[in-house]
Amino acid sequence: MSNLVGTIGNSLRYRGREGQWAWMLHRITGLGVVLFLLLHIFDIFLMAAGKDVFEGFLDLYTAPPFRILEAGLIFCVIYHALNGTRVIIVDFWPQYGRYQKLLWRIQIALAILLSVPAVIITIKPIFTG
Amino acid sequence: MFASRGRQRVRRTSNFELYAWFFMRISGLILLTVAVFHLLYMHISIGVENIDFDVVASRWESPFWRLFDIFLLIFALSHGINGMRQILDDYVQSRGWRVVARTTVFMIGLVIAVMGAYVVLTFKTPV
Repeated sequence: MSNLVGTIGNSLRYRGREGQWAWMLHRITGLGVVLFLLLHIFDIFLMAAGKDVFEGFLDLYTAPPFRILEAGLIFCVIYHALNGTRVIIVDFWPQYGRYQKLLWRIQIALAILLSVPAVIITIKPIFTG
Repeated sequence: MFASRGRQRVRRTSNFELYAWFFMRISGLILLTVAVFHLLYMHISIGVENIDFDVVASRWESPFWRLFDIFLLIFALSHGINGMRQILDDYVQSRGWRVVARTTVFMIGLVIAVMGAYVVLTFKTPV
């Protein structure tokens, strides 16, 4: 595990180009999504335990700190989906590898553009109740 | 010219990583539609604050949504668990710890898969 900390430290010092950032973000967002996925399958399992247990657990998700995490989840899924698409394009059609920097810039712009309204919709109930 | 060849170890190779690579791309393409739709529909269209027991129960009235959820469970979980394995393989170098890490991740995935499949397939709306 000390290697993980070392890798993150080295990655920040290395100051790589687009490809390195794309890879690092893909890994971090993927990890975020899978950790939520495990929690999410557990919460849906509680449907078997009945209405009170299930809805008691769901209260957790509407709490303000979880609203922020939910917004983060949406960004993670959108980024991971778009970057995954870019990876598939350059893996299956290597001739487009020439454009991978451009593809990454289009993709990160699209990820931010799509995330902004999604994040606003998700966080809004914290303020409106 | 071929001096270095003599030092190469002959060992059995497995195509596992090739299949894993291909699987990640195929499941990724499937999740691109199924998981992204699920996320946007539940979080943006319905909204987390409007989801309760009755919403999920009425959703499972329809076999289509049960099938959809099973599909989601299989592809999202296997894609995610294999992703976790790949990350762990990058950071856990010793052979013993790698076995421990892979087994732990696989067991977590298996238990969660059984829990998810159990509820989606056997849930009955209480009357």
